[in-house]
Amino acid sequence: MTDKLKQTVEHIGIPRLMIAGFLAVIFVTAYITGMSVPQLLSDSLVRVGMNGILVLAMVPTISCGVGLNFGLPLGVLCGLVGGLISMERGFVGFPGFFAAIAFAVPLAVVVGYLYSVLLESVKGQEMMVGTYVGFSSVAVMCIFWLMAPFRNPELIWAIGGKGLRSTLTLGNYYGKVLNNFAVFEIFGIKISGGLIGFFLLFCLLVYLFFRTKLGIAMLTAGANPVFAKSAGIDVRRMKSVGIIASTVLAAIGIIVYAQSYGFLQLYMAPLMMAFPAIAAILIGGASLQRATILNVIIGTVLFQTLLTTALPVTSRVIQGDISEVARLIISNGMILYALTRSTGGK
Amino acid sequence: MIQSPEQKKVESGRDVSLDMRHIVRTNGVPILFLALSITMAAVAGLSPAFLMNEVITRFARNSLLVLSLLIPVTAGMGLNFSIVIGAMSAQAAAIAVTLWGIKGVSGFLTACLLATPLAAITGCLAGLVLNRAKGREMITSMILGFFANGIYQLIFLFLVGSVIPFNSKSMLLPQGVGVRNTVDLINIAQSLDKIWRPVISGVRIPVVTVLVSLGMCVVITFLLRTKIGQDLRAVGQDMNIAEVMGIKVDKTRIIAMILSTVIAAWGQLVFLQNIGTLNTYNSHEQVGMFSIAALLVGGASTRRATIFQALIGVILFHTLFVVSPLAGQKLFGVPQIGEYFRVFVAYGIIAVALAIHAWQDRQMRKEAIREAVLTE
Repeated sequence: MTDKLKQTVEHIGIPRLMIAGFLAVIFVTAYITGMSVPQLLSDSLVRVGMNGILVLAMVPTISCGVGLNFGLPLGVLCGLVGGLISMERGFVGFPGFFAAIAFAVPLAVVVGYLYSVLLESVKGQEMMVGTYVGFSSVAVMCIFWLMAPFRNPELIWAIGGKGLRSTLTLGNYYGKVLNNFAVFEIFGIKISGGLIGFFLLFCLLVYLFFRTKLGIAMLTAGANPVFAKSAGIDVRRMKSVGIIASTVLAAIGIIVYAQSYGFLQLYMAPLMMAFPAIAAILIGGASLQRATILNVIIGTVLFQTLLTTALPVTSRVIQGDISEVARLIISNGMILYALTRSTGGK
Repeated sequence: MIQSPEQKKVESGRDVSLDMRHIVRTNGVPILFLALSITMAAVAGLSPAFLMNEVITRFARNSLLVLSLLIPVTAGMGLNFSIVIGAMSAQAAAIAVTLWGIKGVSGFLTACLLATPLAAITGCLAGLVLNRAKGREMITSMILGFFANGIYQLIFLFLVGSVIPFNSKSMLLPQGVGVRNTVDLINIAQSLDKIWRPVISGVRIPVVTVLVSLGMCVVITFLLRTKIGQDLRAVGQDMNIAEVMGIKVDKTRIIAMILSTVIAAWGQLVFLQNIGTLNTYNSHEQVGMFSIAALLVGGASTRRATIFQALIGVILFHTLFVVSPLAGQKLFGVPQIGEYFRVFVAYGIIAVALAIHAWQDRQMRKEAIREAVLTE
């Protein structure tokens, strides 16, 4: 009996059990203090759909053997450029949303390819180099935002007529188009079919990709490069495809995030974007070498629900906003746990 | 690449121009930054006296923090991003000293005395964590810094005043829990700087602060010559060989982290006494990144860093820091461009240095394999 229990605990993983327990405490507290639990769940679901694709972007890089993609801001920046071009052209509603994706994806493919060339030459230090390439590209783009030749008066600073604003309101363009699409209610929980559906669609696409010949070749290259090479798989190309896929997903992810948030955030906003996504997939049970779609879904649901509910619930008990601190400790604690646990070569 | 002295001698004996090229090649980064700084200073049209004043102040303020990075590099642990933990220990000490109202130099020394055990304990913990992540020390130390920042905020934002007794209303946030965002370090402000600060041809020099930094250089040099220093270097060169030689690798690495964290704590106190106010939740955040960028600008790599590189790096990096917003203002009429440029320089230099290091590592490994095949 105890053996079986131990096995189950090991199977689910201690961090996940802890966070699930934490969540249970939060919901019980919410119920006791008379807060609307369905409301909390509805908000959580929105956050899950908002962040899901950014978390999903971690799967291709982990699967192809590059590890966690700390260079996520690269893809995010591509997405932001796409979103801006769509606004500059004056697209509205769903056309605006899809135009943003259409502009962002080719850019992300090119950037992803260049990034993969760089990572190939720094094998073994991908995560560290990725982090700082991401950081420095954010800084370069800050200069770009200041100098960029955009004309739409709603995008640039009112005074001076030069340089993009730091926060752009998407309300008149494609703000909340997915969120407001196919909304329905179950047990008082509001679910946005558009947002959740879009996230699940991409999960399905990535799942199906790893069932194709290319996908299986990539998994093999990631799991055992020596074996893959002897089986005639071009390991370098597989990594390249994985990194490009991750960058493209990040670009789409930020557009989904922005439309849900209602704002496009420029300048230093994308700097730390990689960390919550990394934390989420690790909470979902992924390691530096292995990640599945299930890890993405479980991780995003647990992490985002925790973040969404922690603020309103704890503020009833404790003064001040503890959710930001909780986010810092949990997400970095989780990454630390993964870094110190996993074995394997340099 | 490490070159034997004989090889160098042959090279320089053969041709002077080759020697010149050798200097440029091995010191490319600092030379590039020197050129960049001079160009920008010329563009900004700064008076030399103003520039000298700024750079000397910043040199005195930051060099101890940069020096704290040297020991982990020697021990082969790469750039220690978790010196922020030392900075946090220092800030805890600075808050305590302000609370107790100990004034002047004695206040500063009390803070140092208080920060030392805190930094030693946290440094030891950091070392234990990094020992579980061999080969990934840098990314782990960076995440460790972020994690520690969360713990620090938890303590000073939620526990101080509620769980930890704190009897100064004026230092707490209005609701009585948590330390205010800024703490005026009136007791220790400038305490070290103003002991003796002569003005030489328009340039004000905080002699004692500079002497503290130079003193630390001597201490580190001396330390690296002792038995511990030898162990650190042996571990840095090859952990497996060091283990075979009977050196306790894990223990040595923990010692390296403790020393680094303690020096960083003192460095942060020197920094804070110069600034005079403590941004409770921000002062430490950039410490690791800026110190590392400065060290790399001086020409150091993740494998090799000298005291000279640290000092040159501080001067060059901070010159660039002073001049780039002004140059941005002059060139484009937008000061933010210069500001973002220096953010880019800080991040970019780290990215480039890490990339070059990883690339060289790979080339070396390839070379080794080729040689092994050839000898067979």
